[in-house]
Amino acid sequence: MSKYGTVIGLETHAQLLTESKMFCSCSTKFGAKPNTNICPVCTGQPGVLPVLNKRAVALAIKTAIALNCRIEKMSIFARKNYFYPDNPKDYQISQYELPLATGGHLEIVVEGVKRRIGITRIHLEEDAGKLVHKGAARIMGAGESLVDFNRAGTPLMEIVTEPDIRSPLEAKVFMETLQHLLQFIGVCDAKMEEGSLRCDANISLRPAGETKFGTKTEVKNMNSFRAVWKALEAEEKRHAEVLDEGGKIAQETRFFDDINETTIGMRSKEYAHDYRYFPEPDLVPIEPEPAWVEEIKRTLGELPEKRKERFVKELGLPEADAEILISTPALSDYFEACVKTYSKPKIAANWIMGDLTAYLNANGLTIDRIGLTPGKLAEMLEMIDKGTISGKSAKTILVEMLKTGKTVHDIVKEQGLTQISDEGELIKIVEEVIKQNPKQVEEFKSGKETVIMFLVGQVMKASKGRAKADRAQELLRKKLI
Amino acid sequence: MKIDVDHVAKLARLGLTEEEKKLYGGQLARILDYAETLNNLKTEGIEPTTHAIPMKNVMREDAVHPFGDPAAIMANAPQEESGMFLVPRIVE
Amino acid sequence: MKNDLCKKTAHELSSLLKKGEISSVEIVDSVFSRIEAAEDKVKAFVSLNRDRAIEAARAADKLIKSGDNTDPLCGIPVAIKDNMCTRGIATTCSSKILANYLPPYNAEVVDRLSAIGVPFPGKTNLDEFAMGSSTENSGFHSTRNPWDLKAVPGGSSGGSAAAVAADETIAALGSDTGGSIRQPAAFCGVVGLKPTYGRVSRYGLVAFASSLDQIGPITKDVTDAALIMNAIAGYDAKDSTSVNVPVPDYRSVLVNNAKKFRIGIISELVGKGIDEDVKNAVKEAARVLEKLGAIVEEVSLPTFEYACPTYYIIAPAEASSNLARYDGVKFGHRSKEAPDLLTMYYNTRREGFGAEVKRRIMIGTYVLSAGYYDAYYLKALKARTLIKNDFNKAFERFDALISPTAPSVAFKAGEKVSDPLAMYLSDIATIPINLAGVPAISLPCGFSNGLPVGLQMIGEAFAEEKLFQLAYTYEQNTEWHKRKPSL
Repeated sequence: MSKYGTVIGLETHAQLLTESKMFCSCSTKFGAKPNTNICPVCTGQPGVLPVLNKRAVALAIKTAIALNCRIEKMSIFARKNYFYPDNPKDYQISQYELPLATGGHLEIVVEGVKRRIGITRIHLEEDAGKLVHKGAARIMGAGESLVDFNRAGTPLMEIVTEPDIRSPLEAKVFMETLQHLLQFIGVCDAKMEEGSLRCDANISLRPAGETKFGTKTEVKNMNSFRAVWKALEAEEKRHAEVLDEGGKIAQETRFFDDINETTIGMRSKEYAHDYRYFPEPDLVPIEPEPAWVEEIKRTLGELPEKRKERFVKELGLPEADAEILISTPALSDYFEACVKTYSKPKIAANWIMGDLTAYLNANGLTIDRIGLTPGKLAEMLEMIDKGTISGKSAKTILVEMLKTGKTVHDIVKEQGLTQISDEGELIKIVEEVIKQNPKQVEEFKSGKETVIMFLVGQVMKASKGRAKADRAQELLRKKLI
Repeated sequence: MKIDVDHVAKLARLGLTEEEKKLYGGQLARILDYAETLNNLKTEGIEPTTHAIPMKNVMREDAVHPFGDPAAIMANAPQEESGMFLVPRIVE
Repeated sequence: MKNDLCKKTAHELSSLLKKGEISSVEIVDSVFSRIEAAEDKVKAFVSLNRDRAIEAARAADKLIKSGDNTDPLCGIPVAIKDNMCTRGIATTCSSKILANYLPPYNAEVVDRLSAIGVPFPGKTNLDEFAMGSSTENSGFHSTRNPWDLKAVPGGSSGGSAAAVAADETIAALGSDTGGSIRQPAAFCGVVGLKPTYGRVSRYGLVAFASSLDQIGPITKDVTDAALIMNAIAGYDAKDSTSVNVPVPDYRSVLVNNAKKFRIGIISELVGKGIDEDVKNAVKEAARVLEKLGAIVEEVSLPTFEYACPTYYIIAPAEASSNLARYDGVKFGHRSKEAPDLLTMYYNTRREGFGAEVKRRIMIGTYVLSAGYYDAYYLKALKARTLIKNDFNKAFERFDALISPTAPSVAFKAGEKVSDPLAMYLSDIATIPINLAGVPAISLPCGFSNGLPVGLQMIGEAFAEEKLFQLAYTYEQNTEWHKRKPSL
């Protein structure tokens, strides 16, 4: 494959997290019965008119800022004219010549290498309805079809990349990074399997060292990150085979067949798409006020990459830990708040990524929904440091805190879980354990080193975890000489 | 002026008869010839007008107001099934 | 005579209603008696609904009796052009493709009139989808001019204008994209106003050319037009092109005074291509205005020459897109021969659309298509700027501009149907106004061979008050508005 260089550009669509649709006040909530979240506007009835959703514009501007784009001083809507049953007006309101934002980039890391992928443009448009094909899983071979307009009019943001992507794997990583960013800044759920993030790709090959682009094909129907990867790998391979045989690539659209992991050419009896774009007369231009853009910028906060960098550089976290902690804004906010009052970031990180996350997962909770505030967690960690409680008992204390919302002080007092600091008490327990376990004592005395851990374990058990493990071991060794 | 009437009719999804194609083809040619008189008008440096009354930033708050009568919309469906609009086979 | 109630104006009926001398039901009854007598000849309506109108009239009568401060139009029947959506009532746009369409909602203007107690006797006939200048393009039947049943009433709001002229309704709503209110008003000897673009909500007006369409009143006199404007004008959040500018009380500006009005008579519209009689009537009107204290001068708007080609690129382009939704999928006609989607599209639109609509869709599709956009559509948008500039310049010197509304009086039915281009050229006086978005009113100013001549007055954007005052002054000092056809 090093005979050729691969060039990939992606066209992605993200459903924006608004309550209502792009041009009407119908709900965007998923899962309603067919044709119930509809109104005259989103079903294209005669005489209706669109009115733009302000929040959709704000979310798109937010995304544009996060992707380092230039927010255009003026952008306009345009009609994209084509006939299809899921397109109620038989034109889609989109943007063509003057999109909302242009010229940005997204940095991704592929197999350890940092790559900057250019963003050509970001624009707003409306989603189509949903088609259900009768008698077949897909449109080819279907008899009749059924149209549900619940989705019609949902706000979409289209993000187009420059042809900067150089491998199918890179494309996959780009989509994953984009997903993370869109989720992080709260503009989109970005789940490819659910259709809230979609992507089409353009791919071409050129001889190694060649600067001119080869003929590209379009690839559609990639419904997961893996699909993006595999589809483009398959198409890359196909291009190479054609070129190896001295053939020419036909410019066409190809569908990804996820069962056989190949791409299938469209039987193009399809009429060439002449969308006849013209400025939408029913909508007026958007000229975002600088004050509004500033306000949106402020709500953006620190982007995940910057945060990760700060966690590594300023707080001394290993990169892998930082990576996990920035997976959601809530998680990174929680960690930050915790280390405001607690001085050991790595320890805090361990507890948050470990026991705390395990509890959340097991109980289907998210970190923003628990009663255990970062401050309360910090208190507990300090108690461990001071030796007031043992690390082991802290694990159960944590669960108790999560369950009841009580502070560590309350629980320790209630359950008498203070770490044993009184040597006398510990010595008593150690002597009891020695008495109860003559066999192991004998084994240890006759040279079996490892058995000491069993005895330590017994001391921990007898003390309900309140004993300090290493002190217990010291005392045992002393007594068993 | 020769217009590809077939092509335009296809784009517009208008099923024209051969007679109509001939008739419209001729009429269209005359009309478009007439439209070409615009070429005599100097428009260099002139901005296009898409809106007679200039306005900007007309937007609405993101709030849900259900329409309340989707049945009235479905009632006009030429063919419907399971609460959805039925259309014939999409691919030839 | 209670039967003669239909012959009165809205403002006359309004005082009688307020005095308790008549009832709205009596007005509606009179209107329907008149419809019974005249409709066979005039054929102004697509659909009638007497029961509904009587019901609304009864409700209006209750309101008036209760002493609540009701709108002057309460209880006054207003006919609605059949391209404005009326919930649950067939709205056809005079097209076979929408023959059985029942809108699930009301147009904003319909809601506003309903709310003040206006009964709707029926929906009036139009050129199919408002495309035409004679109402001969209606998919159902032609409407006749009450002044001469062999002549056209004008178009596309021919039904509304004929109904008002024939007293088959007290007033009506029309829509105007290139003259479709003003020209039929002129041909039928009544008053028609196209407001400033964005003055009246377009929500519920079935779109023809979105950047040009406006709804406006067609009435027996200027006062009635002011009453209707008071009721329908004003910001609507459902229309993004609706302008948020307060609506003055248009009735209060109806004073008989034209002193010091600076009036420009458009030289391009009183020269070649205009009928002698029409020219003379308009020049005589100018003299009347001068006698009343106005200053009248000739003014040239040289880009008018390019208005028709500009319009006949922009309007069909927008129309071709607006009419794409009539595809048999969601509403309206679906062809019975529909084995697959593509065939369904072709046959449905072939069967459902008339010739003029097909022609305009073709033109529009062509000028927007790949390779032609710059040469035609973009060029036309630039020409539009120049036409607008001409108006702006003129309004620096003048309060209003005047011209004939149309180059001729009503032509005979069938005279222009086979020559679409000739039909288009007859819109020369009205089209430039839509391109610039300014308001204009047509009112009767004379006769030629028994057919009415229309005088067009044009104002600056959002300056309907000046127009109303000037029009009212002219009307009150002449007798044209009192003449009625002898049907």
